[in-house]
Amino acid sequence: MTNAKAFAALADPTRREVFERLRDGPRAVGELAEGLPVSRPAVSQHLKVLKEAGLVSDRPDGTRRVYQIDPQGLGQLRAWLDQFWDVALAAFVAEVERNDEDEDPA
Amino acid sequence: MSARTIAPADIRKTLTVKASPERAFRVFTQGHDLWWPRTHTIGETPLKTAVLEPGVGGRWYGLSEAGVEDIWGEVLVWDPPHRLVLAWRINARFKCDPTVHTEVELRFADAGDGQTRIEFEHRKLGNLGEGAPETALRMDPGWALILDQFKSVAEA
Repeated sequence: MTNAKAFAALADPTRREVFERLRDGPRAVGELAEGLPVSRPAVSQHLKVLKEAGLVSDRPDGTRRVYQIDPQGLGQLRAWLDQFWDVALAAFVAEVERNDEDEDPA
Repeated sequence: MSARTIAPADIRKTLTVKASPERAFRVFTQGHDLWWPRTHTIGETPLKTAVLEPGVGGRWYGLSEAGVEDIWGEVLVWDPPHRLVLAWRINARFKCDPTVHTEVELRFADAGDGQTRIEFEHRKLGNLGEGAPETALRMDPGWALILDQFKSVAEA
């Protein structure tokens, strides 16, 4: 379950911060670590988890590695929509069943 | 569509609710605003009201707190309490785009014991257009909120 992995990966606040920094474009580990209250190796570890969750990908750039949000755009978007519909439909079910005993609902 | 385009698989979900098909259909449509998530908005300001107008051609839109209407799509098939098909016209960059055609279908079937089985499908996702993901994510003002939702789901 890629979604479950993504949820777990993003549950960590620091990891989420690292992920959000990538929204502005590809970054190297050193750039991502700047301003964060954790060490560079810790950031690398967070990136590894994000990569395994399918949220980011990396590529070599000279002597360093550059990380970016997973370039499979539609896959990412589909995952977003899939999660969105889970949330929406759960709210819908709750609303449908909320006034279940009501004779003249909605 | 370019040869490199990968059409994403349809999103399909099946749910069972403790209510009649009539009620389920009514809550989905007439009661749209009662349950539509507030975390999802493609506008610049928070969503105030979500509207799904009844009947074929009925508009599906969000009204922001600033009074701006974001048209999400419209009703393609209106067959209460059995079937509903909606056009979803929001592109890969999370912008309203009348040229985008994806479809959301719901089928409501009486499952006995006062329950309804609902089959949900969001298809033709290949029509969302070219996704420049980092751009799409950057442009989506709802993304940070969705991340918070990921968090609450993960921590629940």
